[in-house]
Amino acid sequence: MDNASPLRRTLALIQGPQTLGRGRRFWAGFAVVLALACAYPMFADSYDVGNNVYFFNWLFMALGLSLIWGYGGSLSFGQTAFFGVAAYCYGVLTINLGDAYGLTLFSLVLAVACSALFAAVLGYFMFYGRINGVFLGIVSLSVTLVLERFMAQTAGPEWAIGAARLNGFNGMGGMPSLTIPWPGGPIVLYPDLPLYYLTLALLVVIYLGLRILVNSRFGNVLVAIRENPLRAEMLGYDIRRYQLMAFVIGSALAGLSGVLYTSWGNYITPASMGMTAAALPIVWVAVGGRGDLTTTLVGTLLVLIVFQMLTIHGSQYALVVMGALLVVTVLVAPRGIVMALVEGAMRLTRRKEAR
Amino acid sequence: MTHILETRQLNKRFGGLHVTGNVDFALDAGEMHCLIGPNGAGKSTFFRLILGEHLPDSGQILFQDQDITRAKPFQRIRQGISVKFQVPGIFKELSVRQNLVIALQHHVDPRLLAEEIDRLLEFLNLSHAQAQLAGNLSHGQKQWLEIGMAIGLKPRLLLLDEPTAGMTPDETHATGEMLKQLNAEGMTLLAVEHDMAFVRQIAQRVTVLHLGKVFAQGSIDQITADPRVAKIYLGEVDA
Ligand SMILES: Nc1ncnc2c1ncn2[C@@H]1O[C@H](COP(=O)(O)OP(=O)(O)O)[C@@H](O)[C@H]1O
Ligand SMILES: [Mg+2]
Repeated sequence: MDNASPLRRTLALIQGPQTLGRGRRFWAGFAVVLALACAYPMFADSYDVGNNVYFFNWLFMALGLSLIWGYGGSLSFGQTAFFGVAAYCYGVLTINLGDAYGLTLFSLVLAVACSALFAAVLGYFMFYGRINGVFLGIVSLSVTLVLERFMAQTAGPEWAIGAARLNGFNGMGGMPSLTIPWPGGPIVLYPDLPLYYLTLALLVVIYLGLRILVNSRFGNVLVAIRENPLRAEMLGYDIRRYQLMAFVIGSALAGLSGVLYTSWGNYITPASMGMTAAALPIVWVAVGGRGDLTTTLVGTLLVLIVFQMLTIHGSQYALVVMGALLVVTVLVAPRGIVMALVEGAMRLTRRKEAR
Repeated sequence: MTHILETRQLNKRFGGLHVTGNVDFALDAGEMHCLIGPNGAGKSTFFRLILGEHLPDSGQILFQDQDITRAKPFQRIRQGISVKFQVPGIFKELSVRQNLVIALQHHVDPRLLAEEIDRLLEFLNLSHAQAQLAGNLSHGQKQWLEIGMAIGLKPRLLLLDEPTAGMTPDETHATGEMLKQLNAEGMTLLAVEHDMAFVRQIAQRVTVLHLGKVFAQGSIDQITADPRVAKIYLGEVDA
């Protein structure tokens, strides 16, 4: 271990003190879940499979918020701002550039980069301006609400960028889906099997990559800042730089969610940056357990599915349930419900082993 | 003798309160120095000025002949200053070991990190507790852990704000021996302390701070023999 190559040492960070789950048992479970996710389309209607990619689209934003809030301790209430910026960027770019020559993939990268750049500028002023705690939440929420208001008043024909009409509160539509150039003809990623597998692959790569990141030196400093920023600074760390970096990475992931969502539904509206949209990621991440990537992932997926089932009975009703869920979490399991279940199970097995 | 740390006419006010007033202070490289004074004398504030947590209203701070008056806290730490706060500043939700990893990772070769931490845990008498959450340690152990984090940076100058508060006499004595060992290895120490037995154990020189001003300075015997010093602790002198 001591003489392992840097690459081996980096890969070893896939499990560590900042992530739940280690050893054979966990990775066997991971492999089973992944195999089930890969096999699922064989047992389901391809229309349903395409529809259900919807759930995956949001997970990137949730993982990003877990990094910023759960690991770094900065509660951003406005991750939807970066979701929206990337989503509109993707729309404007692809409507103008078209879907040939892999230009949609280029647009994806550029749109995510735009949201990262926006996060870097906003984050710079927040962190270096020493805006902490609730104020960070208030500022980031204000930003997303301002963007929503702004986009909602772009209904007139004068609000167009090239061929792309912004269309106000009705939203922008008609942008092409992600399209992969291929020798036998381009693969258009409609909500169907190829999109399902691509999104799943992205999710696995980013989940594993983030596991390595949070167990790295960078992740160590991030949790140190969450626990005690003054102590972290007095160990010689430029804490604002670390907070900013986490914010940019987490916001780029929100941007990725925005692009995937827009490509999936060929549609984006200002409401995606509104109050309700901004609050939901907080609920997903808090309910699952923001302090860990895996509980965030599982929690978000469960909450999204429950929300979807409730929406059938009325979306207002579903939102009330989400609010109640958040309150219950804060009161009963402040570190997250999935997290509390995992911790309970670990305590039980430890007691059994001790016997 | 060269000065490792020097403050010139250092002033800090909080509103109308003059917390440090024209403090001229110099610390010799390699010495063990104690800072004493009644509660509210401005000792912790003086530390915060040295660390850059507060900026002075006027005056100058030199560290190893470099002006650090306006430097950011993390820059001062990287230049070789380290601190143990008055209230233990540890990462409560992280394991004892992880606390030390965070302190050491930034200047220790990753291949040697585990070994170095084992040695430090041994030195701190915390090997058995390394997997525990730091927040679950006893008060004395928390103090030691934070001292461990502070010395893990291998600083040239170590600031200790009441390092033995809440420790048993045995623990206090052990801490003193630990600090003497570090000093013998070349670390300069400046400690705020109330326990006179401890001051006697470690200090080569003592400075008395009173109402934000240097009130007296000398060996421990000179200080304890000074009737004016005895009086400020009884609250009878106000200048
Ligand atoms: N941030 C602050 N704002 C206002 N007053 C402060 C602040 N920090 C310390 N003080 C005041 O400065 C004086 C000195 O405090 P301190 O340096 O903590 O003293 P000591 O460590 O010697 O007990 C006290 O009267 C304290 O109330
Ligand atoms: Mg004090």
